[in-house]
Amino acid sequence: MPQTQSALLLLADGNVFHGKAFGKIGTTTGEICFNTGMTGYQEVFTDPSYAGQVLIMNNVHVGNYGINQVDTESTSVKIRGLIGRNLEERFSRYQATDSLDNYLKQNNIVAIEGIDTRALVAHIRTKGAMNCIISSEILDVDQLKAELGKVPDMDGLELASEVSTSEEYEMGDPASALKVAVLDFGVKRNILQCLVDRGAHVRVHPAKTPISRLKEFNPNGYFISNGPGDPAAMPYAVETLKEILKEEKPLFGICLGHQLLALANGIPTFKMHHGHRGLNHPVKNLVTGKSEITTQNHGFGVDPAAVRNHPEVEVTHVNLNDESIEGIRLKNKPAFSVQYHPESTPGPFDSRYLFDDFVALMTK
Amino acid sequence: MPRDTSIKTVLIIGSGPIVIGQACEFDYSGSQSARSLREEGIKVILINSNPATIMTDPMMADRVYLLPLTVDSIEQILQENEIDAVLPTMGGQTALNLAKEAEELGIWEKYNVRLIGVDIKAIDKAEDREKFRQWMIQLGVPVAPAKTANSFLEGKEFAQEIGFPLVIRPSFTLGGTGGGFVHTKADLDEALNRGLSASPIHEVLVEKAVLGWKEFELELLRDSADNVVIICTVENFDPMGIHTGDSITVAPAMTLSDTAFQLMRNTAIQIMRDLGNFAGGCNVQFSLNPETEELIAIEINPRVSRSSALASKATGYPIAKIAAKLAIGYNLDELKNQITKTTSAYFEPALDYVIVKVPRWNFDKFKGANDTLGLQMKSVGEVMAIGRSFTEAIQKACQSLENEAVGLGYYGKSMMKSEDLVEYIKVPKWDRIFRIKDALMQGVRVKTIVEATGIDRWFIYQIQDICNIEKEIAKYTLDSLPVELLKDAKKKGFSDEQIARILHSNTTDEEVYEKRKALGITRVFKMVDTCSAEFEAKTPYFYSSFEG
Repeated sequence: MPQTQSALLLLADGNVFHGKAFGKIGTTTGEICFNTGMTGYQEVFTDPSYAGQVLIMNNVHVGNYGINQVDTESTSVKIRGLIGRNLEERFSRYQATDSLDNYLKQNNIVAIEGIDTRALVAHIRTKGAMNCIISSEILDVDQLKAELGKVPDMDGLELASEVSTSEEYEMGDPASALKVAVLDFGVKRNILQCLVDRGAHVRVHPAKTPISRLKEFNPNGYFISNGPGDPAAMPYAVETLKEILKEEKPLFGICLGHQLLALANGIPTFKMHHGHRGLNHPVKNLVTGKSEITTQNHGFGVDPAAVRNHPEVEVTHVNLNDESIEGIRLKNKPAFSVQYHPESTPGPFDSRYLFDDFVALMTK
Repeated sequence: MPRDTSIKTVLIIGSGPIVIGQACEFDYSGSQSARSLREEGIKVILINSNPATIMTDPMMADRVYLLPLTVDSIEQILQENEIDAVLPTMGGQTALNLAKEAEELGIWEKYNVRLIGVDIKAIDKAEDREKFRQWMIQLGVPVAPAKTANSFLEGKEFAQEIGFPLVIRPSFTLGGTGGGFVHTKADLDEALNRGLSASPIHEVLVEKAVLGWKEFELELLRDSADNVVIICTVENFDPMGIHTGDSITVAPAMTLSDTAFQLMRNTAIQIMRDLGNFAGGCNVQFSLNPETEELIAIEINPRVSRSSALASKATGYPIAKIAAKLAIGYNLDELKNQITKTTSAYFEPALDYVIVKVPRWNFDKFKGANDTLGLQMKSVGEVMAIGRSFTEAIQKACQSLENEAVGLGYYGKSMMKSEDLVEYIKVPKWDRIFRIKDALMQGVRVKTIVEATGIDRWFIYQIQDICNIEKEIAKYTLDSLPVELLKDAKKKGFSDEQIARILHSNTTDEEVYEKRKALGITRVFKMVDTCSAEFEAKTPYFYSSFEG
């Protein structure tokens, strides 16, 4: 039988939800957000872009097929905490090596289950993203309130350098003529895999690597990765991007990389009400007229009016639900970026053509 | 592309009489599509031989013909009306077959009527089993080893080549009529004869049986600009070998990893884009080897089906309604989600609940009928239940079967011993899930049940959870029943009557109800809104559950 230890979830607006402890017994804090995807929980939990976030899984059963050593986007769990309706200890998959419960324990992740996640998601949808605290050791609301008060606001928070690699590393065939310099703000493993699968030799650099070091690799193109936190709190990265753009070499940015490309062109970013996180977001490619179902995970966006009024920036992709900016390219430089995740994992493969486009730009 | 304005009058073909394998689901899709076309200002003419349907109500179409579903009737309608196009994808296999027959006789051409939604080539490719197989091989999509036979001798020869167990699948039949498994050589002759005579073209596919593999169905929509979305993924509780119409099915898929699912999604999209002229709803069935996660394509149906009616209700996404719009030229990204009214129709629904469908059989009315389930559909109806967990949904479904089950396990509790139960559940019959529960109650191990049935162990764990709660409740009287246990039981779908019967005392369902009401354990109502609460819904529908 599952453990029956109680746990509490307290939101910054004072709402309290009662549930059962799962994963590590302890206390955790972060900004609450929700993901509507129905598959791929292990990939989501290990995605570095979720650093600092406490995640609600809308799907009511999570953990059914256990965890394994393959379906990961980084080497550890990156979410700060997990909230679910039914988090499963018992699982079924030949390839699975462990249960979700053990995995969370090993990664020191506090989780809570038995929560009315639908009511909670509706609340976040209405009130917007906010900080929260989960605890299975402190069950006194006042004490939790005091702890929650110490948590910094996501707006203005720089988190990318915390999840970026500390050492340079390489992937792919060192003999390849196609070389990509990756600026790592929390890159997902499968983004690198998508580049390597297309013949690229990639060198991954820590977030604060100077342009001089990037140039030493003599790359055919630059890749600006996804990552957590507020892009506006990363002036160091914006400066590096401006330097890279002077190189006139192909540049591709994903998610945070997209926001940084916008900032480097003087387009402001903003904190969204509650973000886009899931595997079913519809995007229209304005260049080809085709549409694609995309994987998304972002709590910040680029300012639509500023993009549309910018003489040197073209909008290439828009979101069909809320018309937010999903992709841009520079008119006079070989640089483009998307707000969503074309590597998916988890999610549909509809947008993987963007990696082909990047390779085509580099080999032109 | 926006709607094709040259289409002013459309003929919709219904599915005819309700028979096992083809029931009111096509009334649902026919009615939805008629409404969808009429709101576009299109005149709808409808033919159906079955007056006991909603679609033939005078207000559903501009003109309703209650005529036999024959080419003669079609010709009569075409003579009496100026018809621009015919929509044959809403009336199941019957409508597609009729459209095909009329095409072969040159009727459509003679009256200058276009087929919309699908063309004959696409129907042939998908419905003719041999053509489908060849097509898959050409696309590089794995299929089970098989050969098509047009005679008894040919069939026998192929059976020897392929080996047992194998499957006989007749071409162009409804609900798998005439199909079946052949486990030994002794059963081959009868199965071959039955299959050949069931097929209107005297043709069967002799196919290697992939027993024990998992079965999944994807319901999808494609528009004429090649946009494809997966509306719903349905997992069969029962492994391969039971007709989907006779399987307990679950949505969303419960035991599918993202890697396995994306392979399925990619393959389905690849098949859809290669189908030829097609705009509308389609269903693709796959089988997955649980050990290796390799995939084979089983079949596709280029039309709305029984499963799309289920998928529409399961997700809130009106498949037939949107499919009709796609048939008249709209693209998915030009249409709005009908539930939220603000977001796009081009998206893939996200579910924050579990749907369970349980078929309803009436073997007591068919004395002497073989009640073993197989490739030929035998159920006469089905129930669909929604819950915030699999356990809640399966129990609600069992409570709705109108067979006095008040949850999983209180219907005709078996007197069999555990060894006999393990033997009994090896053969799929209508009451298998109830007997699995009986076996678990008697302490049979999950592993033993999985080996006997081939059902994924995750589902068996869930049923075991139900058993554990039942055993726990049985220790108490209504007065001593702990609040947390009562709450847990309600969350896992136990009805008040079920709890009353399990309790160690004479208790009525009213007494259980009064007790939980006093404790504040009451129903909450949740929405089916296509989007897991991400957006506000304008026209959702509701189900009840227990939270907190």
